[in-house]
Amino acid sequence: MNSLIYKVGANLLFGILLVFSIFMLLRGHNEPGGGFIGGLIGAVAFIVYALSENIAATRRVLRVNPEHLAVTGLTIALCSGLLGPLVQEGLFAGQWLFLGATETDKGWPISSVLLFDIGVYLTVLGAIIALVLEMERHL
Amino acid sequence: MSLVMLPILIAFTAAIACFLTRRTGLDRFISVIASAAHTVVSIQLLIAVAGGQIVVTQLGDWPAPFGITMVADGLSAAMTLITGITGLAVSIYSLSDLGRRTCFSGFHALFHLLLAGVTGAFLTGDLFNLYVWFEVMLIASFGLLVLNKRPGTLRGAMPYVALNLLSTIFFLTAVGMLYGLTGSLNMAHLRVTLDTMEPSLTLSWISVLLLLAFGIKSAVFPLFFWLPAAYHTPAFSVSAVFAGLLTKVGVYALIRVFTLILPLDPLLADIVLWCAIGTMVIGVLGAAAQTDVRQILSFHIVSQIGYMVLGLALGTRLALVGAIFYLIHHIIVKANLFLIAGAIHRIAGHTELKAIGGLYHARPVLAVLFLIPAFSLAGFPPLSGFWAKYILIQASLDLQNWIAAGAALVVGLLTIYSMTKIWGEAFWKPHPDGPGGLDHRPIPTPYILAIGGLALLTVCIGLFPAPFFAFAEQAAADLIDPTRYIQAVLGGGA
Repeated sequence: MNSLIYKVGANLLFGILLVFSIFMLLRGHNEPGGGFIGGLIGAVAFIVYALSENIAATRRVLRVNPEHLAVTGLTIALCSGLLGPLVQEGLFAGQWLFLGATETDKGWPISSVLLFDIGVYLTVLGAIIALVLEMERHL
Repeated sequence: MSLVMLPILIAFTAAIACFLTRRTGLDRFISVIASAAHTVVSIQLLIAVAGGQIVVTQLGDWPAPFGITMVADGLSAAMTLITGITGLAVSIYSLSDLGRRTCFSGFHALFHLLLAGVTGAFLTGDLFNLYVWFEVMLIASFGLLVLNKRPGTLRGAMPYVALNLLSTIFFLTAVGMLYGLTGSLNMAHLRVTLDTMEPSLTLSWISVLLLLAFGIKSAVFPLFFWLPAAYHTPAFSVSAVFAGLLTKVGVYALIRVFTLILPLDPLLADIVLWCAIGTMVIGVLGAAAQTDVRQILSFHIVSQIGYMVLGLALGTRLALVGAIFYLIHHIIVKANLFLIAGAIHRIAGHTELKAIGGLYHARPVLAVLFLIPAFSLAGFPPLSGFWAKYILIQASLDLQNWIAAGAALVVGLLTIYSMTKIWGEAFWKPHPDGPGGLDHRPIPTPYILAIGGLALLTVCIGLFPAPFFAFAEQAAADLIDPTRYIQAVLGGGA
């Protein structure tokens, strides 16, 4: 799009949207948010950028092929779900690891739940960007 | 590991594996193997639920109303199996149908993602989770639509996506309202909670929104027009799997939601009944006006959807048996007809009826293989479509609903008109360019395997309908009285 106002605005929005998408991803653990909505917001950031620049520039900024991003995400999500059966629990049962936990302090929690959300985030981000860039090429 | 999740996990794993191997040519074989595995697991699932058992898995070990429940009852298991069979036929067929370029861009990966979405939608026992599977399906199917880089494809894909997003908004609004009203999204728990509530205006609104949402998905009159616009442009393998499965997920959702969660009240049932009759009639008339094989078949999907929704609208046990029987029969027959359209295109060079002909003399085997699903679609005895229509008409007559019975009969007749049109133009009349217009290389073996296999299934259902009928009857009984479903999901305490 050939508008100075949009270009300047897009550069600002691009960063803010990306940070916000990560915020939504992490917040989703106990509050509204999560990988799906985070991924959508992240994709919007790149779409805004694609509209202000062009497809080639967007691919450069993204650095990796969006399709690869989506498949990596899907793999991560699937593996996090399979962790449960690995330790004789149900499918997609959350697995928790508390780093440096002591009697009084529960330490730094790491969970397969977040891993699943990150997988979903990457899947949605990659899939939506791939679709939109494909459509942009046709238009 | 739980049997219920296995088909979904297989599909997801296959999607990843196919993507990674898409440049080596291995992906097509992985695709066939994975579809076969999907089918085998689904047969096991079907055996596990035979006799009215209900198999339940609570994801992440969260107990029922809180976590996501995956449930397989008779209907779900049957639909899962039919998904596997269609997937297997299409993946075999695509061995010869697709060029390397389409495979490069990840056809098989998207195809298995689509199968995962469809299977998930059939097996979930959670209303919001159903929405998630719809999204998986939508993303995969949109990807498949734009794979084929011809200009017309995107034009067809646009109304498809736009209307599906609209449907999503209706669906989410209804889900939000239901959650606000009951505090639950688990289908079984929703029913228990709603049973304690008085009928209210809010509940009617929720029903209407859900009707609109699933009505768009299943292409019911007057919300069907996106379908004929989208289904005749993509590769034949793609359109076959769309034609077989996608709209049927909408029909399944209608049946599931309006028997388990919110049984239709008389006024809504009347509206649905008229929509069903409208769908049947408009679809078949639309088909009569078309001259492209895939366009004709697309309009017939719409018309056939009407029969299934009619079963839901009538609401008796026999009518639901008819709807379930129809779903199973229709997926096989319709996917097969689209595969045959692909074979016609390969041999005669086109699917526009004016531009082709002479197939009967050149390819008598294909002609016979066409007649089986075509006559089954029209409801000739003793093929599967005859029994499906017979049960539904019997159900309408039992209710003394002469209009529904009459419409079902007339639409059946008009279906024969369309099928004889394809027969006469594509098979009977000589090719307009003479024999030189035909491709005289033999039909690829994968084509024959896929088309013949599905045709054999159609004949089997037609000749031995009793076990299928008994199974559908058990499934329908569980739909009308969901006590056992609810008990299986929520445990004895509910």
